[in-house]
Amino acid sequence: MDFERLYREERPRALATLIRLLRDFDLAEDMLQEAFAAAVEQWPLRGMPGNPCAWLVSTARYKAIDRLRRDRNFAAKQAEIAYLSETAASPDPVDETFPDDLLRLIFTCCHPALSVEAQVALTLKTLCGLSVEEIARAFLVPPPTMAQRLVRAKGKIRAAGIPYEVPSAEGLSERLDGVLRVVYLVFNEGYAATSGDALVRRELCGEAIRLGRLMLPLLPRVSEVGGLVALMLLQDSRRRARVDAAGELVTLEEQDRSLWDRGQIAEGEALAEAAVRRGGAGFYALQAAIASLHAHAVRAEETDWPQIAGLYALLLRLHPSPVVALNHAAAVAMGSKLDRGLRLIEEIEASGSLSGYHLLPAAKADILRRLGRRAEAAEAYRRALELVTLEAERRYLQRRLREVGAAPP
Amino acid sequence: MKYLLLIYESEASFAGMSGDEQAKIFEEYMVYTKNIKKSGNYIGGEALQAISTATTVRVKNGKTISTDGPFAETREQLGGFYLVEAKDLDEAIKLAAGIPASRNGSIEVRPIMPTPPID
Repeated sequence: MDFERLYREERPRALATLIRLLRDFDLAEDMLQEAFAAAVEQWPLRGMPGNPCAWLVSTARYKAIDRLRRDRNFAAKQAEIAYLSETAASPDPVDETFPDDLLRLIFTCCHPALSVEAQVALTLKTLCGLSVEEIARAFLVPPPTMAQRLVRAKGKIRAAGIPYEVPSAEGLSERLDGVLRVVYLVFNEGYAATSGDALVRRELCGEAIRLGRLMLPLLPRVSEVGGLVALMLLQDSRRRARVDAAGELVTLEEQDRSLWDRGQIAEGEALAEAAVRRGGAGFYALQAAIASLHAHAVRAEETDWPQIAGLYALLLRLHPSPVVALNHAAAVAMGSKLDRGLRLIEEIEASGSLSGYHLLPAAKADILRRLGRRAEAAEAYRRALELVTLEAERRYLQRRLREVGAAPP
Repeated sequence: MKYLLLIYESEASFAGMSGDEQAKIFEEYMVYTKNIKKSGNYIGGEALQAISTATTVRVKNGKTISTDGPFAETREQLGGFYLVEAKDLDEAIKLAAGIPASRNGSIEVRPIMPTPPID
């Protein structure tokens, strides 16, 4: 019996139901742990129950009743014990888990009344089952700080009355935006992979994708869920090609595309297409469609830049931001309209909204280099080098600067 | 659960409004209060006199020290409150979002700490 796999698969659903039944995050987590220990002992002898999740929930609940009975505040806990016993499952555990439980847990962990840091920590701890130490290592904070953050978040859920509910229809889309933001934040924390424990960070990408997949069947009509999963799969498919043997960052254009994960690309492309087809493609679905077009090009020269520029234009209309405008300008330039791309970048430059962002002069330098205006390109690369903070990106810019015939600073 | 909804807004910007505008806002509060009384959420609520009327009291070494006004100069001042009964934080947030001052000022939602009754 592959208990580790089983635990990973059954844990979120079982825990979500237990939190609803026990009305206590910590008690639910502890009892599920004990139920699982019992499973490791019993299942190899008596065989696996027909419904492992129901068995775990029912066993954990009995253990919770025992725990409360042993508790010294027996009198004070009478009401809770009565409530739990009354609703406790029969020896033949029936499945008490509802798909809604998992959604309840997701929406509670990502409640906007909690700080974003707390939302992320709580999601990783309860939904993904990461340990406090693992989460602390991933976010480069001391474990006691992370533990404190979790204690405070659970305390607020209790004391402020944050409900264990799926938000009503009127507030759902706003709340869902928050949930998707947390999932994507977890993914990006892993994807940036510039500092911290590389292994744990890679795990974050996997966890974010798993969370997204978990949500897919629960919210089948929301195209942004599929869009986000598609986007994460497509970005993650390039992971092995992003960094070379020496640890240098490799740009999309120069990546060895045979290293891309074709299985993930196929899954991501299908999801992206479905999300766009469903209509009302939003922030994530559009980015997934863009990533899809990149994934489709077997060689960098075959990239469909005009269509990518069109999608960025759409994204810019829906979610105006200087960073999207910059991506749009770069895509226009790559679609062999170098002059127009340059003009768009100069407009962003003039607006001053991205001053201090190294990718603005870097993109400008790239276009100037392609236009053969080497002296101006060198100047823009130097400007980008003044602003860049990541070592791998600095080395990339220095290499480009040498290519246009100037000595790096 | 009980929640205290603390209403913060800029006294200066309210004072700068015309009489008609102020009357319109008073009317909005009347309607709001009536609505949450009807829905059963209302427990209590009052508007406060301007911050210039406030006195801060401290007792140091048995001596009562009263000073003018509150300590800090802030952009927004506590101007009133509602005490409400709500099913959970989501309902309390919805009630807070209905208070007219939520548009220009801000509402702090504080759960009331449960305490044993005192006879």
